[in-house]
Amino acid sequence: MQINIQTTAEDHRIAKLAAFAIGLSLVEAAIPSPLPGIKPGLANIVTLLVLERFGLRAAIWVSLLRVVAGSLILGTFLSPSFILSFSGAALSLVMLALARHLPKNWFGAVSLSIFAAFTHIAAQMAVVYLWLIPHAGILYLAPVFAAAALLFGTVNGLITAGLLAENDATTSSVRPPLLQP
Amino acid sequence: MLRLIKPGDWLVLLGGMTATVWLFATLWQGNAADKAVIRSGGKVVAEFSLAENRIFTAQGPLGTSRIEIHNHRARVAADPSPRQYCVKQGWLAKAGEAALCLPNQISLELTGAKKLYDSLSY
Repeated sequence: MQINIQTTAEDHRIAKLAAFAIGLSLVEAAIPSPLPGIKPGLANIVTLLVLERFGLRAAIWVSLLRVVAGSLILGTFLSPSFILSFSGAALSLVMLALARHLPKNWFGAVSLSIFAAFTHIAAQMAVVYLWLIPHAGILYLAPVFAAAALLFGTVNGLITAGLLAENDATTSSVRPPLLQP
Repeated sequence: MLRLIKPGDWLVLLGGMTATVWLFATLWQGNAADKAVIRSGGKVVAEFSLAENRIFTAQGPLGTSRIEIHNHRARVAADPSPRQYCVKQGWLAKAGEAALCLPNQISLELTGAKKLYDSLSY
C-alpha cells in the first residue's frame, strides 16, 4: 500500500526551517546551564527570521514543530519540561504577533527578540508557580531569569538583525536558498 | 553592529534593563522577611523560619492563639481576644510587620536580614 501525501513548496520550506531550529535546540540541550531555565534560546533566532521573511503563520509552525519534535528527540515529550517549553513558545508567539505591528523603522529584530525572551520566561515562571512549585520562594529567582532574558534576548536579536541585513545585502543570485521567499 | 539596533530598540533595551534592576531591587532587598518571632507577655516563646510551613499554638492569659506559617507568610489564625484585631490583620509577609493580640498578650512579628525601624524621631 502506498500513501501519497501532497506537499507544497511551503511545507518543504517549513520542514527545513523547523529542522534547523530543532538542530539548534539539540545543540543547546548539550550546553551545561548554571540554573535550570537559563538557556540562550538559539532556536528563537530561527523563529524571528521566519517571522520576518515568511510571516506569522510560518513562524507559528516552525516554533511549535520545533518544540514537539525537539522534545520527541530529547525524550521529554509531555513531561514538565515539555509543558514549560510549549507554554514559553506559545506565549512568545502571541507576543510576537502583537509586537510585529510596531513601526519597522523604529523597532527591529532586537526589540522583538527581547519581548519574546521576557514573555518566554514570564510564561514559564507562571507555569512553574501555578503548577509545579506553588511557593513564593521561586520569586527570588525572577531577577536572575530577567537578567538572562535581557542578555540572551539582545544577543539573539543582534544575530537575527545581522543575518537579515546580510541576506538583504547579497544579490538574489547568491542568496542562501533557505531564506529566499 | 550598532547599525543593527534601531532607535526603538534602544528604548526596549532600556525598558528591559529598568525592569531587571527593579526586580533585583524589590525582590533581593533585605526587607523580605525570613523569620517569624512569637512573643507571649513580652517574652519570646518561639522563632521559626518562614521557609517551612507549620502551625504553632501559644498560650496567653485568655487562652490559646493559633499561629500559622504558610508559603513564606505568617498569620494569627485564631485567638480568644474579643475584637480579633490580630486575626483580621491577615497574612504578614514583609519584615517589620506585626500582629498584636492585646488582651491575650500574644504577638507575631516578622524579621528580615535588614533591621527596620518602627519609627523615626528627631
